[in-house]
Amino acid sequence: MAFTAFSSQAVVEQAPRKRSFIALVLLLPGILYLVLFFLAPLISLVITSFQQPVLDGDVGEYTAGFQWQNYTDAMGEYWPLVLRAFGFAIIATVLALIISYPIAYFIGVKARRWPLLQSLLLTLVIAPFFISFLLRTLAWKQIMSDEGPIVQFLKTVAILPSDGHLTGTTFSVIFGLTYNFIPFMTLPLYATLERLDLRYIEAGADLYASPFTVFRKVTIPLSMPGIVSGTLLTFIPAAGDYINASRDFLGSSSTAMVGNAIEANFLVLQNYPIAAALSIVLMAVILIIVGIYVRRSGTEDLI
Amino acid sequence: MAIASFADKGADLELVGITKRFPGFTAIEELDLSIPAGSFFALLGPSGCGKTTTLRLVAGLEEPTAGQILIGGKDVTATKPFQRPVNTVFQSYALFPHMTILENVAFGLRRRKMSDPVAKAHEALALVELDHLAARRPAQLSGGQQQRVALARAIVNRPALLLLDEPLGALDLKLRRQMQLELKTIQTEVGLTFLHVTHDQEEAMTMADTVAVMNKGRIEQMGAPEELYELPRTAFVANFLGQSNLFSGSVTASTADAITVDVAGVPIIVPRTRAKRHAGEVAIGVRPEKVSLLTEAPQPVAGRNVLGPGRVTDVSFSGVSTQYLVEVPGVGELIVFAQNMVFGPVVHVGAEVWVSWNADHGFGLDDDASAVPRFPADASTESIAIQRRIALEEELEQA
Ligand SMILES: Nc1ncnc2c1ncn2[C@@H]1O[C@H](COP(=O)(O)OP(=O)(O)O)[C@@H](O)[C@H]1O
Ligand SMILES: [Mg+2]
Repeated sequence: MAFTAFSSQAVVEQAPRKRSFIALVLLLPGILYLVLFFLAPLISLVITSFQQPVLDGDVGEYTAGFQWQNYTDAMGEYWPLVLRAFGFAIIATVLALIISYPIAYFIGVKARRWPLLQSLLLTLVIAPFFISFLLRTLAWKQIMSDEGPIVQFLKTVAILPSDGHLTGTTFSVIFGLTYNFIPFMTLPLYATLERLDLRYIEAGADLYASPFTVFRKVTIPLSMPGIVSGTLLTFIPAAGDYINASRDFLGSSSTAMVGNAIEANFLVLQNYPIAAALSIVLMAVILIIVGIYVRRSGTEDLI
Repeated sequence: MAIASFADKGADLELVGITKRFPGFTAIEELDLSIPAGSFFALLGPSGCGKTTTLRLVAGLEEPTAGQILIGGKDVTATKPFQRPVNTVFQSYALFPHMTILENVAFGLRRRKMSDPVAKAHEALALVELDHLAARRPAQLSGGQQQRVALARAIVNRPALLLLDEPLGALDLKLRRQMQLELKTIQTEVGLTFLHVTHDQEEAMTMADTVAVMNKGRIEQMGAPEELYELPRTAFVANFLGQSNLFSGSVTASTADAITVDVAGVPIIVPRTRAKRHAGEVAIGVRPEKVSLLTEAPQPVAGRNVLGPGRVTDVSFSGVSTQYLVEVPGVGELIVFAQNMVFGPVVHVGAEVWVSWNADHGFGLDDDASAVPRFPADASTESIAIQRRIALEEELEQA
């Protein structure tokens, strides 16, 4: 803009057109990617969700139609799993936030004077990613197994009844979700807290605010962008997760989440329309929740 | 305006043997400072001399390496910033970016559970003429406006001790003048104690009851503005507070009320009471406006010092006065300010002149003569700028 201000009228008129053409060229790969890998599958998913079974057909044979009852059937059967998925995801997100905030604060604020320590701690936060997500979750299953030391210990001190388990419980599923998504929470929090200007904290203290009040009134609001992105990065995948709650990992049939239902319908029952309908419901609910959340957290003018 | 629950008067501040060391750097050394309650105290010094650090120590944002800080007679060295009856106008403003201007100003009131914080915040904003911007965010304000909000945010709390860290630096001249008056009014009206940090000697001299000149983490000299100006004790003060002509030489005669210093073979008389050292090599000086220019060799008169002949090397006209630079062989370059009593300068570059001043106007420094530059620094563009500003301000005041 600054350049066009000094140039002649003709150039000023031409420039925007030229620029929008270049912009279009630059955007093309992205647009193509979105159409190919997001829009097309989405449309296909929507079509699938309205399909009806072929009369006298095999299991898993469906034909195009407008069977909206797929949605009511899916919800009728699986609404407890949808609720459980969001319940678990919310609890895991809150826990991850509570655990990650002090970690991120320490690395981003307290450790500022020692950049080496900062990088070391950040590496530790990311370190779990070096091992497969599945392996790590399986490892926790081992650790929390009935013969494992944790269960034995809990039984000895009578926190757990003698016939109690850890695996396959709500506890272990939420534990797994929290554990697996902590890096997704910590990194965005760190990114905001690392840039937090400590002079605001000093100003707060100078204006009679106790450390706790400064944290509530200054630090938290100023780290809101990190909190929002961290919670979204945790909540969205956690709500659709089907590994932690799966019977093969930390869950049982009584802890199944909507992700497990989708998996079962797609891969085992071959009931594609129901699986598609559940996926779309999951996506819609996430969109609504995220929309309300971003609006309420008032970060539009902070980002 | 004062509300019962606010501090009803200022508190005195005492710094006892304060030292502050940063890793590998001593910012403040053995600082003793006593500021009486209700006074307007200015801490004046060049950038990097430790002014901000001193304020941060008083506010509790920095811990002293050694020494004690007493506010209103109470030792607060170990207390946290939020427990101290002190507010700061930060050099960087530090306005909360996520709050409106109004909420920024009301912040301290809310923390102390004052009644009616919104009304009081509006009142404080009106004082700095920014009430119409109360609903905006700090990012939507100019630097000068932010600075005024920072002022309002501190003043609204009526602290017993207000710390101001170059609070008027970002304002243009007219606004700065106005805010100086405003600050002074608030300070006298409520009787609060102000500790005002600045590198602007003029601001310090016009506003403060007491000025302390700081250099490299130490206080060089402290006193009333006139006293500091008329009787500087060190070369640093003599040159930082206005300009000075400094000479050095050895004392050749000493009587009950005067000493005679040999400056490049010319005897210069300085009153004994205005000289810090009375024997050996000494540094002495005189202010440029106390010196007069003569175009003919004067008859020796008792009580007047004369140097010359010399040559005028530069003449710069600045309205109210004219600054002449005079090169005197063996002594160096002298600065002379002359009021413009006639139209234009009285002498021109290259003219042969003598300089003379009343012996009572000289002063003797406490510095080692060897540490004092033998000749004053040449007239910088800065001194010309200062002259211009003084003229402008006088114009402003008349308007
Ligand atoms: N946290 C710090 N660590 C190291 N040195 C510092 C720190 N804060 C200030 N200093 C140094 O102390 C000196 C005084 O700084 P300051 O008080 O800000 O000066 P000013 O008089 O300009 O306000 C400067 O040389 C500065 O570099
Ligand atoms: Mg400073």
